[in-house]
Amino acid sequence: MSENQQLIVPTMADYMAKGESPEILFWVGCAGSFDDRAKKITKAIVKILNHANVKFAVLGTEESCTGDPAKRAGNEFLFQMQAMTNITVLNGYEVKRIVTGCPHCFNTLKNEYPALGGNYEVVHHTQLLQELLDSGRIKIEGGSFKGKKITFHDPCYLGRANDVYEAPRSVMINLDAELLEMKRSKANGLCCGAGGAQMFKEAEKGNKEVNIERSEEALALNPDVIAVGCPFCNTMMTDGVKHFNKENTVKVLDVAELIAQAKDL
Amino acid sequence: MASSIIFILLFLGGAVFFTINARKVRRNILLGKEINRTDKFSERVKIMSLVALGQKKMFERPIPAILHLFLYVAFVITQIELIEIIMDGSIGSHRMFRASLGGFYTFMVSFIEILSVLAFIGTIAFLARRNLLKVPRLVKNELNGWPKLDANLILISELTLICFIFMMNGADEVLYSQGLSHAANLGDGSLGLSISSHLGPMLFGGMSPEALHMIERIGWWGHLVMVLGFLNYLPYSKHFHILLAFPNVFYSNLEPKGKFTNMESVTNEVKAIFDPSFVPPIVDPNTPMRFGAKDVTDLSWKQLLDSYTCTECGRCTSACPANITGKLLSPRKIMMDTRDRLQEVGKNMDTNKGEFKEDGKSLLGDYITPEELWACTSCNACVQECPVNIDPLSIIMDMRRFMVMEQSSAPTELNGMFTNIENNGAPWQFSQADRLNWKNE
Ligand code: SF4
Ligand code: SF4
Repeated sequence: MSENQQLIVPTMADYMAKGESPEILFWVGCAGSFDDRAKKITKAIVKILNHANVKFAVLGTEESCTGDPAKRAGNEFLFQMQAMTNITVLNGYEVKRIVTGCPHCFNTLKNEYPALGGNYEVVHHTQLLQELLDSGRIKIEGGSFKGKKITFHDPCYLGRANDVYEAPRSVMINLDAELLEMKRSKANGLCCGAGGAQMFKEAEKGNKEVNIERSEEALALNPDVIAVGCPFCNTMMTDGVKHFNKENTVKVLDVAELIAQAKDL
Repeated sequence: MASSIIFILLFLGGAVFFTINARKVRRNILLGKEINRTDKFSERVKIMSLVALGQKKMFERPIPAILHLFLYVAFVITQIELIEIIMDGSIGSHRMFRASLGGFYTFMVSFIEILSVLAFIGTIAFLARRNLLKVPRLVKNELNGWPKLDANLILISELTLICFIFMMNGADEVLYSQGLSHAANLGDGSLGLSISSHLGPMLFGGMSPEALHMIERIGWWGHLVMVLGFLNYLPYSKHFHILLAFPNVFYSNLEPKGKFTNMESVTNEVKAIFDPSFVPPIVDPNTPMRFGAKDVTDLSWKQLLDSYTCTECGRCTSACPANITGKLLSPRKIMMDTRDRLQEVGKNMDTNKGEFKEDGKSLLGDYITPEELWACTSCNACVQECPVNIDPLSIIMDMRRFMVMEQSSAPTELNGMFTNIENNGAPWQFSQADRLNWKNE
């Protein structure tokens, strides 16, 4: 537990009480808050932010689902109720800039909130990492992933949905690892199977699970690490790797975790 | 004289018939709901030049792209020749531009001939890909029946058309060398056509002048009939994309692909809940309010234009994670179903004096099943792949909205997820009060 004691996680309410405002709001998201695997990613992001002395805050118990799964499932009403609730909170704190740990939150906040009155500059955590590296606020020289084979699985809602392909890759370049591309990557990347609210239901009848198809493609490259940028992709790819009994040799890690581990944070 | 009259009647008949059918398609498309796609004019022109004219997305797959380019360029350039055909046909002249344009004429017709040969090769390759090599995306179930026949008919008529062109030019070359062609004799002994000056003597050398004239005329009239026939076939065929690709790409969605529409009708209701003083805009009580799409008339005109533009190439389906893993969903089928239903609605209107008579059918249920719609991961691969910027995902989403908000027919697990979000602000059963617990774990 000692490592966790170092985590400094102020809330917006804390800042407000001090009459200050943070550089950026860290939108943790539902998976990042509640899913055991995703919580580790959240902590990795916090460790990096702490290490780089980024003045950030979370909403804590005032955060609520962005409404993404409801919207993609067709429940526009529930989505907009969630959006309005969150916008009221965000605008109340006069939030200007947001970093998310999840491409779905990123997409929804960035693209779908403005028309409902929520205007913020929204970045995905890999974009923030790139920024911190570029500005020298964090530095990495190789580290534990030096020479390791890493392949990145593009999250649909970061890649195709928002044309962000380079940020995660340019962050990983700092690891001195061997970056491999799958045949279907970037704009042609194959979904992990979780999007569009599939995460919350049984898949329709078919002859294969999407995550198996995708993991198979990743594993064909014999990587040491399958890098992801989304907590849902993480679950799907982790399950896929287990399906092929490769969990002892192939790790599924978020880009933030790669950076945190490389820095021994 | 008689031939001029026949020509003019044939030509006008073809043009009028096409106009009637094209207007029906236009009427059908405009049955769709309003959506604004007229902003950002210069960006739209740019995307049209790149994607429609420049075939940018086609080149993601170079081999079919090059073969397709042969057909496409040949098609566009050959239309220039049509001007001369119309002139010759109406006034009874023969190669009327030859004398006045001189070397440029020879160059143009020669160029068209070379393109025609390339198009011939491309067409054969396409027939082979469909019928012999059986490229997976070109032989999927949804293509059985008419779509398969349609594709082959187009390719075969393309071949026929090219044969007519070479009959016309080849026979004329032989006649010209004997001083018997009706074209202006410039004393040069050959029309100088790149392909036909060689092919003509090979195929038709030694034939009698009567036979040669006959072949030349069959080629000429055959060419004309094929072009007019083709034109009138378009509105019944996936081949309509040769015209509709341009407006369809012009009216593309220019927003990030992940940005789904926020339904305004819902916004008004939600705003009224949050702010009791909010007065929602007055809605015309005659337009029935419906959340999402059950039938084609609930879709936007752009989604309907998409359906007529679809080339049935299946690039979307071959990239669809649901389809790849054996689910029922195929984004191409979504587009084909939308068009088929829209055609059905249009025919219904034609037989009922322009009014739609309720037929008890709808796009959802009779054409597209919930199982297909629930298989979508909203990954946007289909949208990314489509060479003519069609958006099958938006139709899937609109139909999900109908299923959820009008029919409450979402799969049980999703209803559970909705309840969780409503009660706890998360898709799982965790209390919002525990949202920051990770910090101390
Ligand atoms: S968005 Fe849906 S239909 Fe389109 S490719 Fe992805 S899963 Fe298939
Ligand atoms: S929607 Fe686009 S990609 Fe799919 S079959 Fe039609 S034209 Fe091809």
